Amino acid sequence: MDNFLALTNLIQPASLLALFPLLGFFVTALFGKSLKHAAGWIASGMILISFSISLYLFLNLPGEASLNFNLFDWIKWGSVNLSFGILIDHLSLIMLLVVTGIGFLIHIYSIGYMHHDEGFTRFFSYLNLFIFFMLVLVMANSYLVMFIGWEGVGLCSYLLIGFWFKNDAYNDAAKKAFIMNRIGDLGFLMGMFLMLFHFGGLDYTTVNTAAQALPMGNELIVSITLFLFIGAMGKSAQLPLYTWLPDAMAGPTPVSALIHAATMVTAGIYMIARSNILYAMAPFTMEVVMWVGVATSIFAAIIGMKQNDIKKVLAYSTVSQLGLMFAALGMGAFASGMFHVVTHAFFKALLFLGAGSVIHAMGGAQDIRQMGGLAKYIKITWFTFLIATLAISGIFPFAGFFSKDEILAVAFASHKEVWILLSVSSMITAFYMFRLFFLTFNTSFRGTEEQKHHLHESPITMTLPLSILAVFAALAGFWGMPAVFGQTHFFATYLAPVFEGSKQYLGEAHEASHDTEWMLMGIATVAAIISIAVAYALYISKKWLPETDEETTGLAKWVANKFYIDELYDAIIVKPLLVISDIFFVLIDKLILDLIVMATAWIVGFTGRTIRLVQTGNAGFYIFAMVIGMMVLMFFQLVY
Amino acid sequence: MLSLTLLSIPLAASLLLLFTRGGLSRNLALVFTLVQLGVTAYAYTVFNAAGAAPFDFLRNWSAKPFLNVHFSMDGISMLMIILSNLLLPLIVLSGYNRNIERPHIFYSLMLFMQFALNGVFIAFDGFIYYIFWELALIPIYFISFNWGGENRAQVTLKFFIYTLAGSLLMLFGFLFLYNGSPAHSLDWMSLKSNPSCSCNQSWLFWLFFIAFAIKIPIVPFHTWQPDTYKAAPTQGTMLLSGIMLKMGTYSLIRWLIPIVPAGFAEWQPLVISISVAGIVYASIIAIMQRDLKRLFAYSSIAHVGLISAGIFAMNLSGMQGSLVQMFSHGINVVGLFLCADIIFNRTQNPNVEGIGGIRLVAPQFATWFMVVVLASVALPLTNGFVGEFMLLFGVYQYNTWLSFFAGLTVILGAVYMLRMYQKVVLGKPMMENMVFPDLYWNEKLVLITIAVLIFVLGVYPSPIIELTEPVLKTLTK
Repeated sequence: MDNFLALTNLIQPASLLALFPLLGFFVTALFGKSLKHAAGWIASGMILISFSISLYLFLNLPGEASLNFNLFDWIKWGSVNLSFGILIDHLSLIMLLVVTGIGFLIHIYSIGYMHHDEGFTRFFSYLNLFIFFMLVLVMANSYLVMFIGWEGVGLCSYLLIGFWFKNDAYNDAAKKAFIMNRIGDLGFLMGMFLMLFHFGGLDYTTVNTAAQALPMGNELIVSITLFLFIGAMGKSAQLPLYTWLPDAMAGPTPVSALIHAATMVTAGIYMIARSNILYAMAPFTMEVVMWVGVATSIFAAIIGMKQNDIKKVLAYSTVSQLGLMFAALGMGAFASGMFHVVTHAFFKALLFLGAGSVIHAMGGAQDIRQMGGLAKYIKITWFTFLIATLAISGIFPFAGFFSKDEILAVAFASHKEVWILLSVSSMITAFYMFRLFFLTFNTSFRGTEEQKHHLHESPITMTLPLSILAVFAALAGFWGMPAVFGQTHFFATYLAPVFEGSKQYLGEAHEASHDTEWMLMGIATVAAIISIAVAYALYISKKWLPETDEETTGLAKWVANKFYIDELYDAIIVKPLLVISDIFFVLIDKLILDLIVMATAWIVGFTGRTIRLVQTGNAGFYIFAMVIGMMVLMFFQLVY
Repeated sequence: MLSLTLLSIPLAASLLLLFTRGGLSRNLALVFTLVQLGVTAYAYTVFNAAGAAPFDFLRNWSAKPFLNVHFSMDGISMLMIILSNLLLPLIVLSGYNRNIERPHIFYSLMLFMQFALNGVFIAFDGFIYYIFWELALIPIYFISFNWGGENRAQVTLKFFIYTLAGSLLMLFGFLFLYNGSPAHSLDWMSLKSNPSCSCNQSWLFWLFFIAFAIKIPIVPFHTWQPDTYKAAPTQGTMLLSGIMLKMGTYSLIRWLIPIVPAGFAEWQPLVISISVAGIVYASIIAIMQRDLKRLFAYSSIAHVGLISAGIFAMNLSGMQGSLVQMFSHGINVVGLFLCADIIFNRTQNPNVEGIGGIRLVAPQFATWFMVVVLASVALPLTNGFVGEFMLLFGVYQYNTWLSFFAGLTVILGAVYMLRMYQKVVLGKPMMENMVFPDLYWNEKLVLITIAVLIFVLGVYPSPIIELTEPVLKTLTK
C-alpha cells in the first residue's frame, strides 16, 4: 500500500519530465530572435529541471517497483488500442539520468562553443527538441511510443548534422543519416506489425506476457527480434548500416558528443536491453547480435587506426565501442552492455567535448597532422582528454576498465573466440586512441604561425563540463566493481529486476573463479599497456607523422579510405536507383504507358475518320449496304 | 434537409459570383467557403447527435425510367465533406496575393466544383452520384484550360478525355446493374443488398475499377496526372490532388466493394498487388523528377497507391487507415503544392535544380515547408504517420511480403523528399539576384493552419476514427 501511494505520487513528475525540453524548444524557436544568448541558458535550464526530476524519481522510486501508466489513447481502432504511456523502472531511470545529466553539461558547453554562431538560438531549440524525443524514447511503455522517440531523435540528428546548411557536403551527410536510419526503421516497423498481429498489442507488458506463452526459440520471436535488430543496426550504426555515423561528424561538435556518442546511438542497445525477454528467447538472434557486434567492433577499430581527422577517429571508435556493447548483449550480458553504455557515455562525451575544445583552440582545424604539442597551451583540455583516453583504453581504475573487463570476462566464460577478437579490438582501440592523443598533445606544434598565435584555452562554460565529465570518466567504474574486489556490483544489482524475466532463458551464468578474473584483468591491462607503448614509441620517440593522403598506398590506402564501403554502396545501390528512376520515367512512363494511352486515342480517331468515308450521301450505296446487311442477318438466322 | 443546404450554398455562391468583379469576387468566395465550413461544422455536430436522419433526402425524380434523388450521410461521407469544405477556404486563401485574371469566373468555377464534390460524397443513388461525378469534371477542366501554364490545351484535353472515358465504363456498369436489378433501381441500398450474379460481377468489377483507378490514379492509369498537375494553376492542382482524387478512393469504399463484392473478391489479389507495385514505381520515379510539381505529383501517386492497397486489403486496419490517410493526404498535399507555388512565384523556376539557398532568405517559409515535408514522409506525431502505420499494418494483415514492399515507401519517401528539400531550400543560392520575400500573411495563415492540423491529427486522430469506425465495421464484416 505504501508502495502504491509512493508510486501514485510519482505520476505527475514523470508525466512532466519530458515536457520541459519541449517547452524549451518552443520558447527558443519562437522567441529566439529577442532572446539572443539568453536562449542558451533557458534551454540549459529546462534540461536541468528534467535532470532534477529524474534524480527525484531515482531517489523516490520505492524498492524494485516500477511505474507504468497510460496518459491517453493515441491510435485506437477495432480491438487495437495504442496508448501514450510511460514506464519508469530502473533501466529507464539510468538512461534518464545519463541523457539529462550529460545533456545538461553539453548544453552548458554549447553556450561557449556556439557563442559566435549566427544560428545560436536555432541550435538550442534543436538540442532541446532532441532531448525531448530522447526522453520519449527512454520513458515509453510500448514499442510504438518508443518509435516516436526513435524517429524523433533521427529527425533532430538530421537537423543538427546539417546545422550549417549552406554547406552541401553537410547536407548530404544529414540526408544520408536520415535515410540509413529509415532503412533500419522499416525493420522496426515490420517487427511491430508482427507483434501487433500476433500479440495484439505493442506495450512491453502485453508483448512479454504473450511471448512467454510461446516455446523458446520459435520462429515468430526470432523474426520479431531480427526485425527489431535491423532497427538497432541503423540507429546504433552497426555493420552494414554504420556508414552514416562517421559522416555525421559534419554537425557541430557538441552534437557529436551528445547525439552521436553518448545518447542517441545507444538507443539500439537500450531497445534490446528493454526487450531482453524476447531476445533471450531467441538464441539465434542472440548469435546474430553478438557476431554483428564483434565484427563491427573490429572492423571500425581497424579503420580508426588510419584516420587523421580528430572527430573521425572518435567516430570510428564510437562505432567500435557500440559493437562491443552489442557483443555483450548477444552473449546475454544485458547489464554489462548497459554498464558500458553508461561509462562510454561519460568518456566518449568527454573525448568529443575535448576534441571540440581542441578544434576551438585551433580555429576550426581538425587534422591531427597539423596539431602537436597542444598540452602546454590548453592544460585543462589536455588533462581531461588524457583521463578519457585512459578510460577508453581500459586502464585501471578508469571507468572503461571495469565495464570493458566485465564484457571480456563474460566472453571468456562463454565464447573464447569472441574473447580473443574483442581483446584484439580493445588493443587496437588503445593504440589508435593514444596515437590520437600523442599526435595532438605531444611533441611540437605543426600548424601555421597564425594558428599558434591563436591557441588558447576555452572559456569556463566549456572547461567546467569537461572537468565534471572527467570526474565521472575516472570514477564511474566503481559502480560496477567485479567480485574479486569484494564489493557489490551496484550497477548490476540495481538493474537486476529489469533483467529478471530473461534469466530463465539464458542458462547458468558462468561465474568465473577469482583466479581467472585476476588473470583476465592482467591480460587486458598488459595488452593495453603494450598498445600504448607502441604508440609512444612510434609517435613520440620516433616522431612518426601520418603520411599525407597522396603518400598513402597499398593496404593502408584501403584502410584510410574505409575499405571503400561508401563507394561500394554508391555503386551498387545509389547509382542504380537513380538510373532505374530515369528508366522508369522516360521508358515506361513516358514511352510505353503514355504510348498505349495515345494509341488508344488514335485508334478511336482513326476508326472515326475511316467510317466517315462510308457516309457518302449516295442513296444507292446506302440501299446496297442495307440489302447486304439484311442478307447477312438472314443467313445467321438460318444457320443458328 | 441538411444535405440540400450543403449543396445549395456553394451552388448559389457560384452563381452569385458571376455578377461580381475584381477583389469582391475573391473576398466573397472566401466568405462563402467559410460559411460552408461553418455549416459543415454544424452538420458534424448534428450528425454526431442524431445520425443520418436529418440528412436523408429521397424523392422520386422520374418514374419511367425509375430514378431517385437520394442524398444521405454516413461517417465516411461526413469525413469527406469535412475535408472538402475545410480545404476550400484554404485553397481560396492561398491564392489571395496572386494575380488571377477574371477572378469572378475563376472563383465561381471553384465554388461550382465544391457543389459537385459535396454532391458526390452525399449521393446515395447511382444515377445522381454519376451526375455529380461528371459535374465535378467540368469546372476543373475550365480552370486548368483557362488559367493553366504551358501546354495547357493539350494536357487538359487529354485529362478530360481520359477521365471521361473511364467514367463511361462506369456508366455502362450502372446501366447494366439498372437493367438487372429487380426493382429497376440504382439506389445504393438496393444495389448493395441485391448484388448481380457473380458471373457478371467478374467483368463488372473492371468497369468500375478502371473508372476509379483513372481518377485516383492507380498505376498504370496515371499518365494524365503529372502533366495535369503541372499545367493546372496551383489552386486547380490543389483541388485535384487534395479533394478530387479522394472521389476515386472514396468510391472504392462506397461503390466498388459493396456493389460487386464477388468481383472484388475474385480480383483482390491482383488489384492489391498493382497498387503496391504502383507505390514503389511512383516513389522511384519521384526521386529523379526535375520538375517540382511533377515530383509532388508522383509522390502523391505513391501515397494514394498505399491508400488503395489498404482499401483492397479489406480489413478494418486498412480501411480505417485509408480514411485517416485520405484526410491527412488532402491537407498535406495542399501544403506541398502551396510551397511549390510560393517557390515558383518568387523564382519563376519550376525545377528542383538551380534554386537553393532559400533557407537563408526566407527562414519562415523553410520551416513550414519542412513541417509539411515531415508529415509527408510520415514522421510520428504528424498526421501522415497515423494513416501510414494503419495502412501498412492493414496490408500486413493481408500479406507480409506486400507490406514489406509497400513499406519501402518509408525509405523512398525520405529519399525523394529530402533530396528535393536539400536542392531547393538548403545550400547556397544558385540564382543570381534572387528576390525571395518571406511568407505573405495569407500564405503564412494557410501554412500555419496546415501545420496545426498536421500535429493535432498526428497526436489526436481519434475523432476521425470514431466518426468512421461504425460504418467500416459493417462494411468489413
